[in-house]
Amino acid sequence: MISPLLNYIRSTQVWNSIFRHGIPRDRRTRVMAVMSNVFLHLHPVAVRKSGIRLSFTWCMGGLTFFLFLAEAISGVLLMFYYRPVVEYAYADIQALRSYVTLGLLREIHRWGAHAMIIAIWLHMMRVFLTGSYKPPREFNWGVGVILLVITMLLSFTGYLLPWDQLAIWAITVGSNMGKATPFLGTGGPLSDMLAIGGVPLVTARSDAAYLLLANTSVGENTLMRFYVLHCIALPLAAATLIAVHFWRIRKDGGISGPL
Amino acid sequence: MLSSMITLAAAAGSSNLEWFKELVNRFSVPEISLPLFFLPLFVLLLVAYKVWTRPLFAGTLLVLFCVFYFGSMAIDENYRAIVMKPDNVPITMMLLGVGFCLWWGFRQAAINDERIKAGQPLIEEDKDDKVLVWPDLVYTELICMVIAATVLIVWSVLLPAPLESPANPAGPPNPSKAPWYFLGLQEMLVYFDPWMAGVVLPGMIITGLIAMPYIDTNPKGNGYYTFAQRKFAITVWLFGFLILWVVLIVFGTFLRGPNWNFFGPFQYWDAHLQVPLTNVNLSELFWGDLLDRPLPANPYVREIVGIVFVFLWICVLPYALARTVMRKMYEQLGSVRFYVMAIHLVVMAMLPLKMVLRWTMHLKYFVNLPEINLNL
Ligand code: HEM
Repeated sequence: MISPLLNYIRSTQVWNSIFRHGIPRDRRTRVMAVMSNVFLHLHPVAVRKSGIRLSFTWCMGGLTFFLFLAEAISGVLLMFYYRPVVEYAYADIQALRSYVTLGLLREIHRWGAHAMIIAIWLHMMRVFLTGSYKPPREFNWGVGVILLVITMLLSFTGYLLPWDQLAIWAITVGSNMGKATPFLGTGGPLSDMLAIGGVPLVTARSDAAYLLLANTSVGENTLMRFYVLHCIALPLAAATLIAVHFWRIRKDGGISGPL
Repeated sequence: MLSSMITLAAAAGSSNLEWFKELVNRFSVPEISLPLFFLPLFVLLLVAYKVWTRPLFAGTLLVLFCVFYFGSMAIDENYRAIVMKPDNVPITMMLLGVGFCLWWGFRQAAINDERIKAGQPLIEEDKDDKVLVWPDLVYTELICMVIAATVLIVWSVLLPAPLESPANPAGPPNPSKAPWYFLGLQEMLVYFDPWMAGVVLPGMIITGLIAMPYIDTNPKGNGYYTFAQRKFAITVWLFGFLILWVVLIVFGTFLRGPNWNFFGPFQYWDAHLQVPLTNVNLSELFWGDLLDRPLPANPYVREIVGIVFVFLWICVLPYALARTVMRKMYEQLGSVRFYVMAIHLVVMAMLPLKMVLRWTMHLKYFVNLPEINLNL
């Protein structure tokens, strides 16, 4: 009953216009399945057996990527309900729980973010323990480090958006450190040295923390700044670098293995 | 249901375990637990990796850890409150994840190292080398994705995301904490000023990580698990990650209460606890205790010992290392690689150094120049 139906579907023009190969059951069609699909095409057609063993990669890079996608999707859905303005932000978050059907969006987004941090650390640990940063993969390790920083910044900027006590004070603790930047923060060492004719260049309204917060303390402008960073700038940067990361994995000869 | 079981067990257990809690509380202060527990544990992890990674042994360790970690929730409400705090739940996951992955990696390293010694092929070396991505890889990825999605959804159903009272710029909670993954840095604030803990040290973590592949010129251990062939690199890196990052996160989240005072895991977070601040600067120790003279008026003269010490530590020590104990490494790496490595190494070592001096001599700053906001 089912299989004639499937066979019929596979013989239609619509199906064949999407999938230009038969069922991936033999070598040729399996190669085609990977080659003719833009997403699967991230992969080479064949890979070394040791590289794809779960015990080798722990699937942690893949998991990080999966969580990134989960964050992107749940994040877009959250953007439908959330307004990054001090008057509404907190109430919008509260409303998510009570009014939105299957109100799990925020949970998925928040715990997914924590999970992504854990996964990326473990991914880095596995790359380190297998010595996979060694030539020819030095550069891709560097790309990874920047991805690590972006991932932590994504979590950090997102932490502010619920606009509750937890949020603003956690961000205050973090951004206070910006005030202490050497030379560039008002409270930082040697910042007095940057002055022209006795007029200080680095003040509370022009220092590194001000750049981050758009204010001298966490306030209205900070919320907008973090929102834009969190929803636009950082995800775009991450997506771009992930593309570079994946491209380089292939160009560097696929997942590492004994030489 | 779960919580009522815990409360029941709590009632049964609490009465006669006071001595145990007291012991753990006393033992967990950083000056005891870091040198006498975490450091030896770290050394054992590396020295005895062929022993503890045996499945039976590792399984026993896991059970012991769980009994201690989760069992303690039944006997103490302070500890339970900390571990069950929604934003702390990921820390438990992180600890289990790091522990499990350490085992997984070191288990394979142990096997590989035995094989290398015996001249056999590595685990990663396969005779019939290549397999097709479809189905072998694609299916693995699919299964991982389904499992991950399930875990994430179950986690989200069980644990609501926290939302505290609306932001109040006038009323900071005590303690105010950064998100847990940054707490290693916040914990460093105990020992360093923000410009170090918040800017210089994280900056050097990033530059150090990026520089690492160019510094580590050891051609062995590329693409397979091993410890024997990369002892130095693995020891330094894991010391940084496990001790100076993960353990400090645990201290910062679980054991720091109001006013950033230290509290044992089974201790009530008393906001009124007064801890006298008795830390002194190196200049005070030098001019006052050693020479018995008043502090000089000129700040740079006053701080001269500290300035000289920091100069020696950061500029001269790498040079001295290149000339003595690390001479061979210096010759192998060449000067640029060696000094990039050595400067990162001595700056990283400043953290444990400062910890030890704080615990033994109550040292506050090597250099204390409030005149230019420079305290180190
Ligand atoms: C958004 C973050 C990241 C994503 C999505 C990601 C994804 C991946 C994936 C899917 C792989 C294939 C093998 C595997 O799964 O282990 C990989 C490999 C690799 N990753 Fe990442 N990664 C990320 C961050 C990092 C970080 C933080 C580092 C290091 C600091 C890093 C360094 C590397 C290197 C060197 C490889 C090649 C390993 C090999 O060939 O064995 N990546 N990454």
